[in-house]
Amino acid sequence: MPVTAAPSPLDDTSLGDGLVSRQSITLFEPPHTLLLESGKRLGPITIAYETLGTLSPARDNAIVICHALTGDAHVAGRHKSDDRKPGWWDGFVGPGKGIDTDRYFVICANILGGCQGTTGPSSMNPATGRPYGLEFPFITVADIVNVHKALVEHLQIDKVLAVVGGSLGGMQVLEWAARYPDKIGAAIVLAAASRLNAQAIAFDKVGRRAIVTDPCFHNGDYYGQSETPRFGLALARMIAHITYLSEQSIENKFGRRLQGSAELAYDLLKETEFQIESYLDHQGKRFVDRFDANSYLVLTRVMDYFDLEATHGPLSQCLGRSNAKFLVVAYQDDWLFPTAHSEHIVRGLIQAGREVTFAELPGGHGHDSFLIDALYPELKRFVEPFLDSTYRRVSTNAAAMHR
Amino acid sequence: MCAKRIYMPDPLAAVTDDLLMAHIPRGSRVIDLGCGDGRLLQRIRDDHDCSVLGVEVDMDQMVHAIERGIPVLKSDLDHGLELIPDGSFDFAVLSQTLQQVHRPLALFDEIFRIARSALVVVPNFGHWRVRLQVLLSGRAPVTDALPYDWFESPNVHFLTMLDFRDLATRGNFRVVRELPIIGDRAVDRAWMANARAHSALFLLERSTKLKNGTQTTQIAEIDAH
Repeated sequence: MPVTAAPSPLDDTSLGDGLVSRQSITLFEPPHTLLLESGKRLGPITIAYETLGTLSPARDNAIVICHALTGDAHVAGRHKSDDRKPGWWDGFVGPGKGIDTDRYFVICANILGGCQGTTGPSSMNPATGRPYGLEFPFITVADIVNVHKALVEHLQIDKVLAVVGGSLGGMQVLEWAARYPDKIGAAIVLAAASRLNAQAIAFDKVGRRAIVTDPCFHNGDYYGQSETPRFGLALARMIAHITYLSEQSIENKFGRRLQGSAELAYDLLKETEFQIESYLDHQGKRFVDRFDANSYLVLTRVMDYFDLEATHGPLSQCLGRSNAKFLVVAYQDDWLFPTAHSEHIVRGLIQAGREVTFAELPGGHGHDSFLIDALYPELKRFVEPFLDSTYRRVSTNAAAMHR
Repeated sequence: MCAKRIYMPDPLAAVTDDLLMAHIPRGSRVIDLGCGDGRLLQRIRDDHDCSVLGVEVDMDQMVHAIERGIPVLKSDLDHGLELIPDGSFDFAVLSQTLQQVHRPLALFDEIFRIARSALVVVPNFGHWRVRLQVLLSGRAPVTDALPYDWFESPNVHFLTMLDFRDLATRGNFRVVRELPIIGDRAVDRAWMANARAHSALFLLERSTKLKNGTQTTQIAEIDAH
């Protein structure tokens, strides 16, 4: 079943010196397909992933990291020593860090529907020989998780030590727990929710609207064109980016400071006067260089549709089937995924008699707090001992079984 | 330091833990309110095969509990236990914590919403040394067990065993058992317990008491002084 430059599943793709390489595997090839939650079928599916650390001989130290909406497989380290930036969670994942790659084998894969190596709307549709575009089937968090579960199986790992993720990544973690209750030892859910609320759906709506009304959208068939819906996508990103920050964090960072000028211009046509405007413009521009508009449409719908209880029944039942230990973390100033959503998860777990550790941390950077370097030491204080006690328990149980 | 500390046995000593352990049947569901570093819960889980949950407000203590593999919620008892569904536990443990809670009756309402029984250890400010210290120094007592000056003390209430019994007539619970801890021993019956015990353990059960406070409570009679 493996195809594209398939390494042995045992290979560690970290190259030492903090260098990692992206791997790729194609699964669900004919005659196999993935049965999607919508009832449609999809295949073949290429999965881009990276690994760090070494899989233990007992294959019991694997940690799956689930990235958020616009993340990718490049979780930590650098591809080349002169890369300007390391992976998106480099401050938290690596030797001696919150998720210690000297101890654990970390797997991070790009999600289905994405545009960073895993099959998505910009991938070639084998039926037409052209990119899927809007022909890409409707997918859900469950489909994303099923693909990653297939990757984990391909790597010949029966049970992962932990699944970890924030935001959409946290939703994937919950889906893992509901869908594969006996295949995970622990679940770490950061700044997430068991369902997306109306406010977040509303912001997603505006973002999608910006994209589909861009004159260059061409009904999603813009691949290979000289003009792509970059203005719409940039606008979508700017709106979303505001929801990831907190009032206080942008007040501290930008306040009312002006961009490149000491005084107000009194000129309506001057688009950027305040630093915060310049910052958002920059975020929008940077985003269109790395992200596909159709993927943005698909993945925001993935989030909108997520409602664990609608799919699997009350949390106390669907999470109660798992023996996994849970760590749930919320951030006080996260107004996109407010603490109440995490508390709802915690309540369900307690009702089910499951082991759950919960903390609301002060944050300071809104929803994005789980991605902020300065806040990693505090998060590490919870995650490190939590993983350690989970791993010690797993190892002890395994030793007891072999006696 | 205006008051010389007087000696009292460490209420956190193993004696309290042993006493609590002895009252928790195997396989119970136990929540420890103010679980500290999770030491007691670890014993309850490992030795009595209980399922456990801690609640702790202090981050450092909470991290120690996580290190022990104890599930713990970071929460302040004054802000209620609204995260905990009704009837989730058999036992709630409240060890040397009640005197730090702003609204004890409200907390007991919550405790007996989530748990059937409670094991409460309270410091007894009616101990004769405390009484003597107040009498002689004319200042708020500072003890080894509760070694804080009044202005920086986390203890916001100073109660005696008798006070706690009074509380029991007003709360949604009844006292099933009362064990004064004198020295390093808990005793079933003691002469002048309210003056001799540094702490006391109360085993409480949810009661469906009438609002006028009448209830049928069996407490081993102790001398009230």
